[in-house]
Amino acid sequence: MDRLLNVVTGMSVLLIGLVFFAIRRAHIRVEYSVSWLSAALVMLILSQWQWALAQIADFLGVNNAPFALLLIILSLFLIVFFRFSVIISDLKDANIALTQKLAILEYQLQHVQEKHSPSRDA
Amino acid sequence: MIRPQHPDALMILIPAYNEGGAIHRVVTEVRTQLPHVPVLVLDDCSTDNTRTEALAAGAGVISVPYHLGLGGCVQAGYRYAYDAGFSYVIRIDGDGQHDPRFIPALFAALRHSPVQMVIGSRYLHGKAPATSFARGVGIWFFRQILRLILEKEVHDPTSGFVGVNRQALEVFARSFPLEYPEIEALVVLQRRQFRFAEVSVVMRPRMAGVSTITALKSFYYVLHVLLGVVVNILKYEGKRRKG
Repeated sequence: MDRLLNVVTGMSVLLIGLVFFAIRRAHIRVEYSVSWLSAALVMLILSQWQWALAQIADFLGVNNAPFALLLIILSLFLIVFFRFSVIISDLKDANIALTQKLAILEYQLQHVQEKHSPSRDA
Repeated sequence: MIRPQHPDALMILIPAYNEGGAIHRVVTEVRTQLPHVPVLVLDDCSTDNTRTEALAAGAGVISVPYHLGLGGCVQAGYRYAYDAGFSYVIRIDGDGQHDPRFIPALFAALRHSPVQMVIGSRYLHGKAPATSFARGVGIWFFRQILRLILEKEVHDPTSGFVGVNRQALEVFARSFPLEYPEIEALVVLQRRQFRFAEVSVVMRPRMAGVSTITALKSFYYVLHVLLGVVVNILKYEGKRRKG
C-alpha cells in the first residue's frame, strides 16, 4: 500500500512541477492550470495523509484505501476533463463567430477596395 | 457587393464545399431563372476551384478561412443577409440537386402564407425519389419524432431547400445548429411559435462529386440530431418556465 501511495505522491509532485514549468514557458495559461494544480494537490495530500484517506474510504464504503484513492483520482480527472470540454466548446463557438465575421468583413473590404482601385477610376 | 434593392428583397444562398464541378452551372441556372435576384455563395474553405467558378458565374462569394461545416457556413450567409437588410433568403445546395425552377414557388409561399419558413419537399406529392435504405429509414424515423414534437407532419425533414423570412432570419443569424442543421432548425422555430409550410419540389441527382455521408456518419447523424432536438426542447422549456 505504501509503495502505491508513494507512487501517487511522486506523480502529484511531477504533475505540479510540469504545470509550473508549462506556465513559466507560457504553454498553458494560469487560469487553465488551476484545475490541474488542484487535482495534483488533492492527490498529494491524500497520498501522504493516510488518516484522511481512510476516513474517505470508510465514507465511500470501500475497504481498501488505495482503491478509494484511485477512485478519487479518477473522479478528479473526469471533472478536469469535463471543465475543459466546456472551455473548448466556448472557444469553438467564439472561433466560429469570429470566422464568420472575418469572412463577411473580408468580402466587404474586397468590394470597397475594388470600388476605389485606380484601374476602376481610369 | 450584394445589397437589397427594394424592401421585399430576396437573396439566394448557396453553401458550397468542393463543388467546383457543379457550382458554375447551379449559379448560372439560378441567375437565368431569377435574373434580378442576388446570389451569394458561401465557400466553406474549398480546396478546389469552387470560389473561382462561382465568381465566374456571377455570384457574390464569401469564403470562410477554415472549414466550418454546413451549419456554420449557412449561418454566415444568414448573418450577412440579415445585416445587409434582406427580407427573404432561400437556400439551395451547391451540388445541383435543388432545381432553381422551384424557387418562385417557395418564394410565393414565403410571401403569401403566414409562415416564417418554407421547405422544398420531395415527398409531399407523388412518388418518393429513390434513396438509400439507410437514408430512407432515417427520414422515416425523424418524421415520426418531429410529428410528436411539432404536432404536424414534416414530409421531408432533411431537405436543405429552405426559405426563411426576416423573422426567422433574425433567429438563425444569432443561433443556428452547426452540424446537420435542418431538423434542429425546425425545432428551434417551433419553440418560438414560428410556423413553416412545405412546397412540393422535384430534386435531381447531384451534378458532380459524391455524397460524404457514410454508414458510420449516418449513425452519428441520428445520434447528433436526436441529442440536438432534446437539448433544444429542454432549453426552450426552461426559458418558457422562467417566463
